[in-house]
Amino acid sequence: MRMTLRSLLAGATLALLTSTAAHAGDVRIMWYSDGIEGEVLADLISRFKADNPDINVIIDNVAYGVVKEQLPIQLEAGNGPDIARVTALKDLSRHWLDLRPLVADAAYWDTNFGAQADWMRPDGSNQISGFMTQITLTGGFANKTLFEQAGVDLPGKDATWDDWAAASRKVAESQKIPFAMALDRSGHRISAPNIAYGANYIGEDGKPAPLDKGAKDFIGKFVGWAEDGTISKDVWVSAAGQTYRAAADDFINAQLAFYYSGSWQVPNFSTKIGNGFDWVATGSPCGPASCTGMPGGAGLVAIKYTKNPKDVAKVMDYLASEAVVKEFSERTLFIPAHKGVIDKGDLAFKTQDPQVKAALDIFVNATKTTSEQALKMPGWRWSDTVYGALVARIGQAIAGELPVDDAFARIDADVASKVKDSAL
Amino acid sequence: MTVSNADKPTLPERLGTIVKTPVGVVMGLIDAPMRALQRLTGLSGMALFFLAPNMLIFGIFVLLPLGINVVYSVTGGSALFLPERTYVGGDQYARLFDCGNYLDALTCQEDAFWTAVGNTFWFVVLQVTFMILAALVTALILNRNLAARSFWRAVFFFPVLLSPVVVGLIWRWILQRQGLLNFILYPFGMEPYNWLTDRDWSFMAAVGVSLWAHMGFYTLILLAGLQAIPKDLYEAAAMDGTRPGRVFWRITLPLLAPNLIVVIVLALIRAVQVFDEVYILTGGGPGTSTLFLTQYIYETGFVSQPRNPGLAAAASILMGLVLVVLTLLQLGLGKRGENKGKRR
Repeated sequence: MRMTLRSLLAGATLALLTSTAAHAGDVRIMWYSDGIEGEVLADLISRFKADNPDINVIIDNVAYGVVKEQLPIQLEAGNGPDIARVTALKDLSRHWLDLRPLVADAAYWDTNFGAQADWMRPDGSNQISGFMTQITLTGGFANKTLFEQAGVDLPGKDATWDDWAAASRKVAESQKIPFAMALDRSGHRISAPNIAYGANYIGEDGKPAPLDKGAKDFIGKFVGWAEDGTISKDVWVSAAGQTYRAAADDFINAQLAFYYSGSWQVPNFSTKIGNGFDWVATGSPCGPASCTGMPGGAGLVAIKYTKNPKDVAKVMDYLASEAVVKEFSERTLFIPAHKGVIDKGDLAFKTQDPQVKAALDIFVNATKTTSEQALKMPGWRWSDTVYGALVARIGQAIAGELPVDDAFARIDADVASKVKDSAL
Repeated sequence: MTVSNADKPTLPERLGTIVKTPVGVVMGLIDAPMRALQRLTGLSGMALFFLAPNMLIFGIFVLLPLGINVVYSVTGGSALFLPERTYVGGDQYARLFDCGNYLDALTCQEDAFWTAVGNTFWFVVLQVTFMILAALVTALILNRNLAARSFWRAVFFFPVLLSPVVVGLIWRWILQRQGLLNFILYPFGMEPYNWLTDRDWSFMAAVGVSLWAHMGFYTLILLAGLQAIPKDLYEAAAMDGTRPGRVFWRITLPLLAPNLIVVIVLALIRAVQVFDEVYILTGGGPGTSTLFLTQYIYETGFVSQPRNPGLAAAASILMGLVLVVLTLLQLGLGKRGENKGKRR
């Protein structure tokens, strides 16, 4: 009975705390960090709070996994923070708050963030849901020191995936590293070479199309590379299902000659590799159809279940202002999405590392070769569904559980089943 | 008038009075309504009255979620709110059981589910068998008059105190390509090998790590059982010159049987529920070779895009049924043991 009373008291206390959790003036931001952006945000918000003492902004720093797996559940239950930094922008867009009637100047938002606005709003609406904290583009990185030590020239600007594989293999053999190349265990990442090989995921009705020749060509090649040891098998078989795994640590530890990831790794490499070895960004290798990377990024969105929409809009107006976006990008080394900031071209990234500046220039230039097909993906309702099926089945094919042709059939079946499940 | 020391209340008596007085007041206040309630409901009604708060909490936190889970399992879609979900009847169960050949997961519509069922089955068989043997041998050794016996008991029990996440991480650091095991083996001419990306090794690693993490708990139960066996039985056997093997089979094992049954059933239930340390260790890979039922349910309900809570609920109900059978087995065997004890 004592335990029962304790349980009741604990329950009552929890209920009391929950009921008073959202005070008027509280704005809770759920934030994850890849690098130092959490510290930069905290600094920016402390200045906002000094100027707006009536608004209490609370930053909840969480792991990316929390944003990916727990936030959607909270949102489905009508809960969650007031603002969140997310990557599943389109998929969860029905939970975002329309800031259009709340922000000080909607035209400012349209002008400066309009290019990505559709990525984060329900299809067919003109809602302002938030803004991109950074634009990312997938691309490659090469360990320049290993290439030099091996006496192998870095493949040039228009080098193909085959060129990079051949050169990296020579480096791996010469330098006795476990693998020549690695590509993150991610459907988003592998979609870049798929599209470069001519893949088109989007059917005529806007729903997913079965895998085409372009996708099959590259996936077949990729599985073959895993079998012959060109590409790191470890990353792709290190989990089941749709779990994300990055190979960044292998690159940082000089275990790879070439690593295909994205622009968000630049600050990470600058911090963790330091003077360990020289590295360069390479852009995306070419396929028969294009030399494309995959665009993406993280967005800061307002949640429609907030109790304080006006305060939320005020915080969002502040964080989206040109000066704040510029400072945030310069300090975090992220590529900004703000048109005004990009057009002025006076970003002064705060780094002493010359490799960072060169790498960011490569990524900015690579945006010019991004294919139409790749540009459609962030705003497409089914992109995560296709990415998930790709990861799960390619992982099985690489682990030797499925012949690659069966993996193709399973990918199509998985996607069709998910489309049917969603009843859309 | 003088008061002798003998008449003065002692400190504990004074404290007792301080505590008893308010308790007495409260008891006096509730006594009358309680008597009235007892007159109204009878003795059995009073039992229900006192059990009600506990049952209420059990109902809210166990039975209600169970009921909601059943409802989810007959609905479809990715929405979490029940009103937004559509009724699909037994479709989720039919989908799970849609199979060409149950022994070949790839012929099933939900191949990941049947792979997880197969993996869980083999995990249970291997892990529980090794667990019981290892725990029994360890308990028998620790029951002997060893030097630093308490230290050795602590050594075997310490892994039980670790968080499963810590267990998973420790062993990942040991078994990965740049891990401790390869560091030890390298001087002997062995090339670095990623033990966790080999399908057979990773499965055995999952079994071994789980064994290491939980064996101490079962060893402790068996050790308690061994120490409860009367010493005079062993003394009598020694006087008769009975061989050690015969002592084990005729005295130790029969008298340890009740503890052994508890250990077997607890280990079975826990093995069916395996998730956390293996999820951290291998993530279910390579491929799906260490994908177990709980991870399948978690990924189907919370990770996959779009989520399918209905399918996850149906799978969890099927898994729950297996656990119910195992629990009934434990209760049945426990009761049989009690009855045998009474007959003796």
